[in-house]
Amino acid sequence: MTTATAGTATFRQDPSGGCVVASGDWTLAGAAALSALVDRLKRQHPNGACIDAHGIGRVDTAGAGLLLDLAGTSPIDGLDPTHRALIDAVARARARPGAAPRKPPYGLVALLMHTGAATEQVGRNAWHLVGFIGLLLNTLARCVIDPRRWRITSLAFHLEQTGLNAVPIVVLLNFLIGAVVAFLGATVLQDFGASIFTVELVGYSFLREFGVLLAAILIAGRSGSAFTAQIGSMKAREEIDAIRTLGLDPIEVLVLPRLLALLIALPLLTFLAMLAGIIGGATVCALSLDISPTMFVTRLHELAAVQHFWVGMSKAPIFAFLIAAIGCLEGFKVTGSAESVGTRTTSSVVQSIFVTILVDALAAIFYMEIHV
Amino acid sequence: MNGREKVIEVRGLRNQFGAQVVHENLDLDVYRGEIVGVVGGSGSGKSVLLRSIIGLNRPAAGSVTLLGEDLQRLSDTRRAAIESRCGVLFQNGALFSSLTVADNVMVPLREHFHLPLALMQQVAALKIALAGLPAEAGAKFPAELSGGMVKRAALARAIALDPDILFLDEPTAGLDPIGASAFDRLILTLRESLGLTVFLITHDLDTLYTICDRVAVLSQKRVLIADTLARVEKCDDPWIHEYFQGPRGRAAATAATHAAIPMR
Repeated sequence: MTTATAGTATFRQDPSGGCVVASGDWTLAGAAALSALVDRLKRQHPNGACIDAHGIGRVDTAGAGLLLDLAGTSPIDGLDPTHRALIDAVARARARPGAAPRKPPYGLVALLMHTGAATEQVGRNAWHLVGFIGLLLNTLARCVIDPRRWRITSLAFHLEQTGLNAVPIVVLLNFLIGAVVAFLGATVLQDFGASIFTVELVGYSFLREFGVLLAAILIAGRSGSAFTAQIGSMKAREEIDAIRTLGLDPIEVLVLPRLLALLIALPLLTFLAMLAGIIGGATVCALSLDISPTMFVTRLHELAAVQHFWVGMSKAPIFAFLIAAIGCLEGFKVTGSAESVGTRTTSSVVQSIFVTILVDALAAIFYMEIHV
Repeated sequence: MNGREKVIEVRGLRNQFGAQVVHENLDLDVYRGEIVGVVGGSGSGKSVLLRSIIGLNRPAAGSVTLLGEDLQRLSDTRRAAIESRCGVLFQNGALFSSLTVADNVMVPLREHFHLPLALMQQVAALKIALAGLPAEAGAKFPAELSGGMVKRAALARAIALDPDILFLDEPTAGLDPIGASAFDRLILTLRESLGLTVFLITHDLDTLYTICDRVAVLSQKRVLIADTLARVEKCDDPWIHEYFQGPRGRAAATAATHAAIPMR
């Protein structure tokens, strides 16, 4: 291979008018310098000048493009046949008609555009979710009355995935948060000599709020995202369309088993979460507050705890329904690419956690108003 | 052999996945400037051979020399230098789905050269046009393209750095006959103008007959024969006989001899 010499071009005045002499390698490696050189020469000789290319070494497509820029409509002399073929091919490709690529807006316009698009998206998401929930309830009602359409195997599989496999993480997390809440309570309440009320604090918070909320958030991150990714990648590979053409209903085949599995699994997980949180609190009480487990349980009994337990438990199926609906709906929104699976999964987790906390807040106000 | 420069030299290659041996004692040479078509039954290891040559697959035994260097023994920087002289068109395009077509083509330009953005965009637009795509395709995302356009966009990325060797894995699979023959002509034009060496895996007999200088037949874990089509056709191996003398093979051969396809 010949040694590389940087490409260059100079203007040579001669009796016939003048000519640009190009020499050296016109390749991508020197393209930045050559591009600047071509711009300068074109400014100096706006009418174009013939090109003498006898001294040219190697040429690649980028170099050919620059040579053509330099030549404009004038001829290029002295090319050897292989270079001539390349330059012809590049010239043909450049001559193909086509619209110039559109420029994306920037600055304030882009900001306004994104804000508008995002606002519209929020409204659209809510609208779709309401529609999808309607569709789900409709399909559910049709399938419940017909035992032949129950998909027991699929349901059992999803119960294992979303319920059983989530037990360790849910229990561990609630145990730790229970311990933390007990520590916090103990620190604050000790100043008032009321550290015994730590029991109430842990009991109240886990039965009414934390148990179900933590379980739901974990499930939204763990199973809601999985639903989106599973259904989304099926959508991307046209499997959903295949299900439709086989005369099956994707809602019935894919969504109902997942929905029912979550409706069963989340209340069970919530129960475990409450238990784990209270045990975590009781452990801290026993180890650092001299409240024995017996005393803890007796005190818990005096709380009218069953009522609080049902307040917490009543929210579990609602959260389960919303998480499953959002997870599956986002899966159906996936378009062809792998990237859109990622975007939709993120959106699914964010939406389901947001909706969970929103509904929990509304429920708290509701139960407070009816004095439960 | 005949003094031409070998750009790919495979000697005694052995590839194995678990107990399954895909290649055993496989030899293959590819010379500068030629178009070599690789054929073989499904599962005969054509794609594995390609992956071994470009260094994505470490062979169990044997050596692969690419542009005079053994990729497995090179340092990372030298290896990257050799790799940047190869363009690969993967079977399903393997375009980066998060980038537009123009950005896809610009990825190798960005990584290997420090060029002003405007110039890179200009080069990318040129490659997109060379690959036969309309200019507005540059702003599209891979998910918005049809199958044929994905192949062309992937080709534009493969030729982004003006490679010495172009590897094509079933470039015409899934294209309609018009699109497929246009793609064949495109490869020929690029070979003539850019001086490419092309390593081509295909099931498309028309492609074999119209553009390949030599055909390598992959069967029984090795390259049975690598020669001009006329000689490969006459080979008395039963598989080769059935491949080229079957109804499809004969039709493609007739089409190639009768239709003097204008190449330019």
